[in-house]
Amino acid sequence: MSTLLETSGLTAFYGDFQALYGVDMTLAEGETLAVIGANGAGKSTLMRSIAGSVRQAPGMIRLNGAPIGHLSADRVNGAGITLVPEGRRLFPSLSVEENLLIGGWRSDRAGPWTLEEVFGLFPVLKERRANPALALSGGQQQMVAIGRALMSNPKVLLCDEISLGLAPVVIRDIYAAVPSILERGASLIIVEQNIEQALGIADRVYCLMEGRVTLEGRPGEISRAAMHDAYFGVQA
Amino acid sequence: MIWVDTLVQGILLGGLYALFAAGLSLVFGIMRVVNLAHGDLIVMAAYLILVLVTALNLSPFVALLLAAPLMFGVGWLLQQMVLNRTVGADVLPPLLVTFGLSVVIQNALLEGFNADSRRIPAGSLEIASFSVGPVTIGVMPALTFATAILVTLALQLIFYRTALGRAFRATSDDPDTASLMGIRPGNIFAVATGLGMVVAAIAALYLGMRANFDPTIGPARLIYAFEAVIIGGMGSLWGTLIGGIVIGVAQTMGAAINPEWQILSGHLAFLVILLVRPRGLFPAGGR
Amino acid sequence: MRYRVQTGHGSSWVVALVVLVIVIVFAALPFFGSRSLMQDLFFVFTMLTLAQFWNLLAGYGGLVSVGQQMFVGAGAYGVFAAAILWGINPVAGLAVSALAALVLALVSAVFVFRLNDAYFAIGTWVVAEVARLSFAQWKAVGGGTGTSLPREARRNMWGTEWVEEVTGLRAAAAMDVVSYWLALGLVVATIGGIYWLMRRRTGLALAAMRDNPQAAASVGLDARRIKLAVYVISAVGAGIAGGLIFMQNGRVSPDSAFSVIDWTAYVIFIVVIGGIGTIEGPIIGVIIFFLLQSLLADLGTWYLMVLGFLGILVMLFAPRGLWGLISGRTGFALFPIQRRLKLKERED
Repeated sequence: MSTLLETSGLTAFYGDFQALYGVDMTLAEGETLAVIGANGAGKSTLMRSIAGSVRQAPGMIRLNGAPIGHLSADRVNGAGITLVPEGRRLFPSLSVEENLLIGGWRSDRAGPWTLEEVFGLFPVLKERRANPALALSGGQQQMVAIGRALMSNPKVLLCDEISLGLAPVVIRDIYAAVPSILERGASLIIVEQNIEQALGIADRVYCLMEGRVTLEGRPGEISRAAMHDAYFGVQA
Repeated sequence: MIWVDTLVQGILLGGLYALFAAGLSLVFGIMRVVNLAHGDLIVMAAYLILVLVTALNLSPFVALLLAAPLMFGVGWLLQQMVLNRTVGADVLPPLLVTFGLSVVIQNALLEGFNADSRRIPAGSLEIASFSVGPVTIGVMPALTFATAILVTLALQLIFYRTALGRAFRATSDDPDTASLMGIRPGNIFAVATGLGMVVAAIAALYLGMRANFDPTIGPARLIYAFEAVIIGGMGSLWGTLIGGIVIGVAQTMGAAINPEWQILSGHLAFLVILLVRPRGLFPAGGR
Repeated sequence: MRYRVQTGHGSSWVVALVVLVIVIVFAALPFFGSRSLMQDLFFVFTMLTLAQFWNLLAGYGGLVSVGQQMFVGAGAYGVFAAAILWGINPVAGLAVSALAALVLALVSAVFVFRLNDAYFAIGTWVVAEVARLSFAQWKAVGGGTGTSLPREARRNMWGTEWVEEVTGLRAAAAMDVVSYWLALGLVVATIGGIYWLMRRRTGLALAAMRDNPQAAASVGLDARRIKLAVYVISAVGAGIAGGLIFMQNGRVSPDSAFSVIDWTAYVIFIVVIGGIGTIEGPIIGVIIFFLLQSLLADLGTWYLMVLGFLGILVMLFAPRGLWGLISGRTGFALFPIQRRLKLKERED
């Protein structure tokens, strides 16, 4: 499997506050990565940096070897990386269907995902297609957010905390859609606070703490103790 | 009977004010900025149409077909090169930059065309009229009003039935997430301003054919436009049309009592509505 | 840990001394300066006063107004109405100016404070237009064409007799001296008053509200009351300035008293080019404005275009104005307002 996406020495600042301290990460084609860590560890910043919301030096992020760190978010979307943002961020003025359609704004990306295909993945959305997006339940809104991102036919789909605030049953339903997404050719990076869920679905796991990678490996190969230390840090 | 006639004239006048306001309403609905040079840009478009009419010997309506895309370009460039740099949380830059723009445009027009009053010649259209019952209606005002309705309808269709309109609404809701979806907010804003200038060109046509204009009348048009938007309720294009009508009717009613009170009546109607309905008659919910 | 809040800096005292000397020189000017110099300085002082009040409202209060001309006009008509209708001495008439501006401020606030940001700005413009159109209906003070200040009122202006005796100047020149001193007094009081206000907690409150209204509210600042207070203060200040300007001018009309260009556009350019949100900014701005006007005023429309372009360029590329560029590099402030927290060393 070739390297699809990699970050080298990725740093990020919010004003004077440094959120990421040189994060190195690779994603192979067809892989599913999980990024875990406590609140404030920098997971969302990492996702937003890759997605282009936070500008970087060009070489810090490479897609198929090409530097993309300096690109704006809309260009990164055009290059094939789409983010399902934390908190979903649906457009209140748009209906469910319109939210999905706006995901396909850049018509230059061909691919398997169309409106009908998304409805096939999440049938409940088809029934509610004309409703204002925010009128749906939390789980359904999350489906809209994921569907919206799929409409851009991304090579890399970034999912930031998609299970946040949802009941376990709903979370299971949403994660049940992941195999279909992978089948159609996307690679996945999932940020999760729910460690069980993350370990269950990922090929490899990265753990972040205070802006640094503290652990990386395959779920089966990491001991609980190591995971615990990497997540919470070891007290001096 | 005089009052019916006054009312009708007021409604038709409102059509002109609604045209002034439509461009403003569109841009504000998307970008939350008010272009203080809006009125002056309408006047500039009027001069553009005048130049096309006199230099190329065209009918004013044909001249509009040329002027509209030119004005689109003006708006698009203005947004890309100047106004996109003022987008952000601070309210001062867009206000002050567009205020400066207003002064520059007025004085550039004064320099280029001098202060004489001008008019766009409309031939027989200027005085043609028809009767509906006891009321005589001028063809020009009726045409203006009909155009205002068409423009509002067209803008509504664009906003709610097209992909571009979806992009307008999404970018207005959340520019950051819109860019995550592949939309370049700066480009959307530029298209919006360009579209606003097309509407301004249409408004300019009727402004120029109806009455004399000179480089300094821009600010007054801006004020009428703004009053119409506030009365109608921000975020509602049909509301803006109604707002224009309210101003038009208030003005003609005031003028019927005393010609010197025409403009003042419009302002007073605005202030009264601001007092009792601060969010306008048809405010868009939420926001 | 003990602490104290320090506002000045080491060289504050030097600056204060220099400012005092400058003011004394200006005050003594009538005894050795030319009449045209006094008239120029009158213009500079009154425009600076207007600029400081607009800056107080916009730069510190966060309220951009395009309607300051309403208060200038109200002040102007205050003096004229007082003299023509009730025979009040023009200098005393300035109190009427202040009162007229106060009343208009309170009434207009009911309307304009229902609007935000850009709409607030245009709202102030609308109420100014209403004022202009209304005063144009007032026949007793000349209606649409305006009127002149009665000759007796002008000659009897308080202080002119004294000036004539002391300097030997003729009546007209003595009137100019009185106006000049009033303008000097006004601008000194304005700058001093605003500086004093900024050093009090009100100044801190204004800065907090401008930066982050929600956070400010959470510590108990009532934004509405403070903004209303700033609005009224600015209005009264502009009103007194307006009364003084037109008292010196001798003639008033609705179009000149309520002129957007003269009393708002020029003022905005002065503040923006000099540096919005600082006391030093308008001072620099008015100097630049005066130089530009002296050089270019003959060019009419080109002059205004230059001003407009300059304003746009400054706002786009140097939004804190010329003074912002200077103080940004040097950290210098003529009128220090920023507070520094000085910590006393811990005793270990």
